[in-house]
Amino acid sequence: MPIKVALPKGCLLAETATLLQRADWGLSGYHETARFYHLKSRRFPNLHAKVFHEKDIPIQVAVGNYDLGICGLDWIEELLVKYPSSALVKVKELGYGGGVLYMAASRSEEASTVEEIRAKSDIMRIASEYPNLAESFAVKNRLRRFSVFPLWGAAEVYPPESASLALIPGGTREELFTCELVSVSNVLSFSAFLIANKNSWESKDMGEVLASIYDGLIPFSAERELADKGRPSSADADRVPGVAAQQLSREATNGEVWLALPDGHQQSPTLHLLNKAGIQIDDYPSAVGNRRPTSNLDDVMIKVIRPQDMPLQVANGNFDLAVTGRDWLMEHLYQFPSSPVTELLDLKFGGVKIVAVVSKELSVSDVHSLRQLNAERRVPLRVASEYVNIADKYARDNHLGAYRVIPTWGATEAFLPEDADLLIENAKTGQTIARHNLKIIDTLCESTACLISNPKTLSGSGKGERVESITGILRTAVEDI
Amino acid sequence: MRVQRCKGSRDLSPGEMRRFRLIEAAFRGCCLKWGYEEVRTPTLEYLHLFTSTGTLTPSLLGKVYSFLDWDGWSGERVVLRPDGTIPVARLYIDSMKEKELARLFYVANVFIFEATGTKTRERWQCGVELIGVDSPTADVELIVLALEVLERLKPDNIELRLSHAGLIKAFLAKLGLSPEEQTKILDQILDGDVKALARIKPGKPELEEALSLLLDLKGKSSGFLKNLKALVTQNLPEFEPALDDFINVVDLLEALGYNYQIDITSGRGFEYYTGVIFRFFVGGEEVGGGGRYNNLIPLMSGGDIPASGFALYLDRLMNLITPEALAKPQAQRIMVRAELGEVGTLKEGFSVASCLREAGYVAELHLGSEKLSGLRWMLDVQRIAPLFILTDLVNHKRFEAQTTDEVLALLGKKDADKSSLA
Repeated sequence: MPIKVALPKGCLLAETATLLQRADWGLSGYHETARFYHLKSRRFPNLHAKVFHEKDIPIQVAVGNYDLGICGLDWIEELLVKYPSSALVKVKELGYGGGVLYMAASRSEEASTVEEIRAKSDIMRIASEYPNLAESFAVKNRLRRFSVFPLWGAAEVYPPESASLALIPGGTREELFTCELVSVSNVLSFSAFLIANKNSWESKDMGEVLASIYDGLIPFSAERELADKGRPSSADADRVPGVAAQQLSREATNGEVWLALPDGHQQSPTLHLLNKAGIQIDDYPSAVGNRRPTSNLDDVMIKVIRPQDMPLQVANGNFDLAVTGRDWLMEHLYQFPSSPVTELLDLKFGGVKIVAVVSKELSVSDVHSLRQLNAERRVPLRVASEYVNIADKYARDNHLGAYRVIPTWGATEAFLPEDADLLIENAKTGQTIARHNLKIIDTLCESTACLISNPKTLSGSGKGERVESITGILRTAVEDI
Repeated sequence: MRVQRCKGSRDLSPGEMRRFRLIEAAFRGCCLKWGYEEVRTPTLEYLHLFTSTGTLTPSLLGKVYSFLDWDGWSGERVVLRPDGTIPVARLYIDSMKEKELARLFYVANVFIFEATGTKTRERWQCGVELIGVDSPTADVELIVLALEVLERLKPDNIELRLSHAGLIKAFLAKLGLSPEEQTKILDQILDGDVKALARIKPGKPELEEALSLLLDLKGKSSGFLKNLKALVTQNLPEFEPALDDFINVVDLLEALGYNYQIDITSGRGFEYYTGVIFRFFVGGEEVGGGGRYNNLIPLMSGGDIPASGFALYLDRLMNLITPEALAKPQAQRIMVRAELGEVGTLKEGFSVASCLREAGYVAELHLGSEKLSGLRWMLDVQRIAPLFILTDLVNHKRFEAQTTDEVLALLGKKDADKSSLA
């Protein structure tokens, strides 16, 4: 019987690869620059491994698509805190990839203990990649009124202007400290874990594969002791000194325009356009991970965050202007039609198509034949996408019948054909899609970078004119291209 | 593909709906006679309505159905109401505050997740709130009203159990625990851990004594509370106001001739209660409960307004309704049969059916495929005279009529014959 294993990409990849090397799995192509997601093992011919974003792994194992998985305890708890009856067994702590999830506030914030936060009368805005753990923290600590802002990343740059608290992972308290943050509470200590699907654990013989992992672990024990010594305790975290606030923190109230610039691969075209418009930005893209670059624009404060998170942040008045993709604006507006965010300007770079993708093996050529195929199936169509709301609307509008949307956090093409039937994906050239033996059956729309804003927060704030002037400069630069 | 019912949800069949409506009618009838007015609040509320008072336990809040709706860009979550009282308190603060005293009742569903999915996650409640008065008489009014509803439904072995939130809280305050520990134990009690109080070792002899007397014994008269008061007044004067309040309630209940049992330990679900807590059992199963909640409206910034209330659990009561309770005489059913496709006779059929309904009969139109079992009367509508043929399917008799009035007269005569025979 085949054994299916979900392996992490990202920060756990290198150490997991080392572990599996010690376990003598003989996996080909499990390394940082790998371009394929399906891996075979030389030692265990019946083992099928697939590489996922770490956050997807507990879900994939819990729903039974995979028998075993390796990922951080943080993502396991993020699932279990919301869905405690998930069919998941925590098999073994693997001793690497350690860290702590801190509920952190800005060093400049007056409230830095749970009691002080509870006593505050305003709405607590909590930003995090871990929305379920953040909500659980708020409920357990009886916060009277709170809003959790789910993020794709960069939570550490949100407090104090864009959120009161951020639930963030930190390796050491020094890391926290360099982000101008102080720990309010140590929410979870985590490290990499081996997990199993409950049914597989109870009924499938995976003994040899498990034994090989345990064997591979032995050399880790010594390192682990060392790592434990270096790991911050909650007492340490609480003792982070509350030094005087940095100049960045309190200026938000003085009527500056807050501009969000994207991280990731949109950085260089964004910088190119800004420079063309005569706007100079220092330290963007930053080699040291600085998320608060400065510019030659007067009274403009800049933060570098994920483009996916920008529409929600602009809607809530945490930013006045943001450079994001129209795909993410649409995704936001499909979820919240009453959101006040609007597009000010098409920036005309970063063009992608949003497409519907199926496996080449599937005998459908367009959405009509897909609808017919699904009408004959006995199980719901599985639609995987980073764009949950665009995907949901697409399935609704095209009467796809019974379907489920599976949220993903990147590398969605790995889901086909075993773990999903249809993807809603972005494609620049279509090469990635072709390389993974997939085909495009429909194009939903085209998306480019755009400048977004929130007219509600601008009206009457005195920021309107400056926003208009920045928009004007950028419009001229775009037209010149 | 078979479309299944959502896990943890339940359908109500015609038979179950009859029981549901019977309970609802008994409840509404009693409430209206006591001067209560019916209200209905929305199924969706903002989540912060339930978090802001700080009264619901994290365990309960962890089981609510909350989500971001189409307006949720601000992060403001909405929730399928997990509780009946808090929305009614909000309604009172919103629009009824000019009333010094509000007697309100409602029939509503509440939604609480239950992990196995074997029990229903949508529960129906018949709730009553008495807002604006703080007195033992008001508490007793609610208890007597609830018992009256239950008695009208005629289940056997109705049991009333009493506790007092003020007494439990006075104890916890006296134990010298940190606020965090106090909250933790309170949460355990609220979540139904009956042994949570018993696990406490106060370390003070006078508390130890009082604690064991309170926890181990179950009293059946106000004498029990008066004995307790005599014991604790000297050493623990903080307990006196709660005990006095409790004694006043049970004294009045006793004077009215009601039986009850005092059981301090069970505090489940008294999240926002401050005074007397009452719970109703039938055959050992809890079918309702309530109590005084003087702090809830102040915590919701609604001013210093006391209140108390109770809810009866409809789903559980439905299982206890006997067939006799349902066997009320029902309106006579008459099947009206006109030739299908013949507009003239169909029109006459619709018209005579309408007259029959107005006269108090249940008139069903024959659609061509119904089985006639269990039916006494069939009325055929014809194109030619006689226009109506009334058939007594039980006694195998046939009557002819030319007008609707003649049909009604025939039916009336037969019904009268039947009752005179009886």
